[in-house]
Amino acid sequence: MHLHKYEKIWLIFGGASLVLFLAILGFGAFYLGTHPQSHGVTIDPENVEANEAFQRENLGITQVDDDKYIVNVVASAFNYDLGSDEEGNAVSNIEIPKGSTVLFQVVSKDVIHGFNVAGTNVNMMVEPGYISSMEVQLNKAGEYTLLCNEYCGVGHHMMHATVEVVDDESGNETAAE
Amino acid sequence: MSLAMKQQQNEEINLTPLSIAKPEAKLYLSFMYVAFISLFIGGLMGLLQVLVRSGDFELPLGIGYYQILTLHGVILALVLTTFFIIGFQYSLLGKTVGMSDKQRKLGWLSFWTMTIGTALTGTAILLGKANVLYTFYAPLKAHPAFYIGLALVVVGTWVAALVNWHQVYVWKKAHPNQKTPLLAFMVTINMIMWVICSLGVAVTVLVQFIPWSLGYTETINVLLSRTLFWYFGHPLVYFWLLPAYMAWYAIIPKIIGGKIFSDSLARLSFILFLFFSIPVGFHHQLTEPGIDPTWKFIQVVLTFMVIVPSLMTAFSMFAMFETTGRKQGATGLFDWFKKLPWKDVRFVAPFVGMLAFIPGGAGGIINASHQLNTLVHNTIWVTGHFHLTIATTVLLTFFGIAYWLIPHLTGRKLTPKIHKLGIYQTIIWAVGMLIMSGAMHIQGLLGGPRRSSFSEYGGTEQAAEWAGYQAAQAVGGTLLFIGIVLMIYIFMDLLAFAPKGEEEFPIAEEEEDAQPTPLWMENWKLWIGITIALILFAYTIPMIDIIQNAPPGSPPFDNIL
Repeated sequence: MHLHKYEKIWLIFGGASLVLFLAILGFGAFYLGTHPQSHGVTIDPENVEANEAFQRENLGITQVDDDKYIVNVVASAFNYDLGSDEEGNAVSNIEIPKGSTVLFQVVSKDVIHGFNVAGTNVNMMVEPGYISSMEVQLNKAGEYTLLCNEYCGVGHHMMHATVEVVDDESGNETAAE
Repeated sequence: MSLAMKQQQNEEINLTPLSIAKPEAKLYLSFMYVAFISLFIGGLMGLLQVLVRSGDFELPLGIGYYQILTLHGVILALVLTTFFIIGFQYSLLGKTVGMSDKQRKLGWLSFWTMTIGTALTGTAILLGKANVLYTFYAPLKAHPAFYIGLALVVVGTWVAALVNWHQVYVWKKAHPNQKTPLLAFMVTINMIMWVICSLGVAVTVLVQFIPWSLGYTETINVLLSRTLFWYFGHPLVYFWLLPAYMAWYAIIPKIIGGKIFSDSLARLSFILFLFFSIPVGFHHQLTEPGIDPTWKFIQVVLTFMVIVPSLMTAFSMFAMFETTGRKQGATGLFDWFKKLPWKDVRFVAPFVGMLAFIPGGAGGIINASHQLNTLVHNTIWVTGHFHLTIATTVLLTFFGIAYWLIPHLTGRKLTPKIHKLGIYQTIIWAVGMLIMSGAMHIQGLLGGPRRSSFSEYGGTEQAAEWAGYQAAQAVGGTLLFIGIVLMIYIFMDLLAFAPKGEEEFPIAEEEEDAQPTPLWMENWKLWIGITIALILFAYTIPMIDIIQNAPPGSPPFDNIL
């Protein structure tokens, strides 16, 4: 089969670009560990409390180390359960100190939901039967919208909360040093 | 080149295309009626959506946003496309290899099976019993009629596939040692791909969804159903695209007064599409928790392979444009561009479609880029992306086909007035889409979600910023709806009002001194074998993993729709 000379050049250039793109993606994924979330950890959607992380008192944000936090969330139509505050009210806003490492762990009790801290890399499908999890560092202070971005029923667009990344002054100083 | 080959080729060049008899024309037109009615209904739903999302409009009569969104997706992505494609492909085969009376009767069987299926699914949606969107992700549950209707549409397309293959087979028997006409070759490939991929959706609908929605099974394996859906869902988009490529490779050259750039290159690109369209569904599931990341990455690599035939197509198109322009006397570097028939809507509409595929394809590479996908997954960036690819590239090419196909079938002429109106239609479409899709892309990068009714998200600053882009989408969407109304007017004119006459069915020929197409290109067993091997490679291990390590299944949820 005959290929035009310019066509060969074009295909070699195109093919080489694709190989380069894939090499960058592969380097990121396998060497730097930036795979999209994929853990395959299962859970019974009708009994998520069987897993300690998703018992009522462990929901929401918990500090586990100096700069380390875990955020456990139970999603259901049309709400993210982030636990309750001291007065027993449902939490709808979590504060995370800037620059700390946060592990988000989310499960669904009913249908498929999305879990997106809009404008950040925290973007996961949440499917009944699996624990979705992702560890990130949030380095830009500000208020972020946490929202469901997979259709889950009539109230889908009302399923939201906020995540505030707060400038911790002492932390700032340490960073400045 | 041997003398025998040369003679054979000359004979082929002189093969006159067949003419389409009245009863055949009626069959092809029936598919077009459903396609254009769907265009109007689906477009109207799209208009309502952008208006709702602007925040200044509420749906009357208790109609739900997700109900019209379901209708929009089903009627445009599944009904409009499938009916247009099956009807167009029948006409291509009728023109190049012929259709017998018996084949035509089976053609009607495919039409009615698909139409009854569409009616069933449509009724379930209109009654508000199937607000599950066109991807119907479990464990949201629609009325069983929704799934049964969809299954019937797919079965109807299988009947069409069998008829198509039989048409080509009969021609081959009558023309031994000749290569299958290019367009017939392309239709054969598209239908092989379609049947192999739609087996996936058929299995999940028949084995998982229907028994579960009827209450015969209590739970459903959610991840398995999604994986089977996307095994079908990505080749689905190539099933839309390949008929557009058929027109680009083998019809547009005739319209602009040129020749096919390379018959074998066109065939090779279609063979590559057959190989790499299917084993790539995981790139729609990259942010899911239950699939091994290495297998996700393997399918990302395969996804990138499918870019190669599109690069080949891009080269062929512009090479063909330039060659044609130069033959018509163009000199200099870009003079040939001016020689293209800019007043011929049969060319202009698909050409704008081709341009849209440049950002459309680039966006697709981003979406499929493994971890980069996390940034855009389920944001409205994705909606912006496929409104460039399917709703501009493919749709404008389909419009470009309709301008000559409809009058050819109705025995009428495409008038200068319609050429002009059609060019306005194309411009309105391009501008409307630039605004709507552009705003969707930007809003998506800022995190704005897709598939969501208007929401202030508790009054966050981010949501306030998104609202501006949603207003822009309403402007673009309104323009697009005007474009649809104009297109429906054109369709009706070409059906019943344009002056009687004969409109050409343009089929391009090869250059007289073109290199012969190698015979191995029609080694169907080998192509199908490689396709199946690639699918087995990409899916066997992750599928076993998904089934073996499945969590408890999910009961149906229909009380939250």
